[in-house]
Amino acid sequence: MGLISNGTTLLDAGVIDSGIAQGPMQLITTLTASSSATLDFTSGISSTYEEYVFVFFNLHPADNGVEFEFQGNAAGASGFNETITSSLFKAGHGEDGSGDSLNYEADHDQSQGTGFQDIARYVGNGNDESVCGTLTLYDPSSTAFVKHFIARTQMYHASNEAEDCFTAGYFNTTAAIDEIQFKFSAGNIDTGTIKMYGIK
Amino acid sequence: MAIISNATTIADAGAFSVSLGDQVLIKSFVLDNVSSTITLVHGSSGVVLDDTYPFYRFVFTSIHPGTDNIDFQVNFRDGGSAYDAPKTTSSFYAFEGESTDSAFSYNASFDIAQGTGVQGLAGSLGNGNDESASGELLLFNPSSTTYIKHFMAKTQYYNRSNYSQIYHIGGYCNTTAAIDGVQFSASSGNIDSGTIKMYGIKGAAN
Repeated sequence: MGLISNGTTLLDAGVIDSGIAQGPMQLITTLTASSSATLDFTSGISSTYEEYVFVFFNLHPADNGVEFEFQGNAAGASGFNETITSSLFKAGHGEDGSGDSLNYEADHDQSQGTGFQDIARYVGNGNDESVCGTLTLYDPSSTAFVKHFIARTQMYHASNEAEDCFTAGYFNTTAAIDEIQFKFSAGNIDTGTIKMYGIK
Repeated sequence: MAIISNATTIADAGAFSVSLGDQVLIKSFVLDNVSSTITLVHGSSGVVLDDTYPFYRFVFTSIHPGTDNIDFQVNFRDGGSAYDAPKTTSSFYAFEGESTDSAFSYNASFDIAQGTGVQGLAGSLGNGNDESASGELLLFNPSSTTYIKHFMAKTQYYNRSNYSQIYHIGGYCNTTAAIDGVQFSASSGNIDSGTIKMYGIKGAAN
């Protein structure tokens, strides 16, 4: 039975009617780590949305001082090894007042590299330490353009610092990107959640 | 006929009355010569700031101070009634003047090392008739009792020296106590006008 108000069908057959606008931001997938080597988004990235936002909640590494990173896989291809050109800079400040810094980090950028792209550096693994942030992937299903991404992460650095990390770049391919993998540079993701949203 | 559940109007006049997206507007303040603080505390005036949402977004638009050369700032409540959560933060800015000045720099005047005072979101804000600040603050998983509470902010504003200036701030409340209140303030004087909107992003965190 449908739910009709003022002549407009709002609900029918257990779902919101397709004619009803549902807001610009839609949760697509949630992945939760439990001593996981990787968190892989292998479905849901398509032409449905032009903008995908991955939100990181308290990703906690098993190993101390490791990078949090990601890569993509092109539709129909295998392996997370797309070509990336990127930049990364960060601001940091220690709990003891030392180490205030604003630096470009040439060790964490890529020039046509196929490795995983760092988006957080030297994440601590103390009991209350973690990384949070966002990664936005633009128009991943385009077959005309490269695929741009922008990330910002805020982490507890293994040296007891707050670090605010800015990463941007592109997958230098005109193939669609339909899979994204996240991991730490060493060891498992002990706990934490990544949510993927689509933005209309 | 309206559809009302538990005193909340779900639908009326052919449209849903509640948000159907995953970004939910929790509270909107239209500031009109308000006192120097704007407080959003869980359970008060319809504010939700708990594990209902894993991720909160505060958007401030056209914040116009009553006094020239003030800072727009924020602090967090981690139990009790005071807004004094311990924080470690970093800050940097870029600006370009309407004349020739420009800079890109770490901002040691607006970082905190385990301090409990306010965190500046914009410094030396102008109060000319057309001058204001806009930006956003993201707060992750404030109800966690396991992890510190990360936050990130960016503010674009009109510096009183006639600069277009942007501040980026990142940091954490260094406590495993839940954060249940956020307070925005001006360092001096009232806030003449502006809007602050608080959103919750749906989906449970771990």
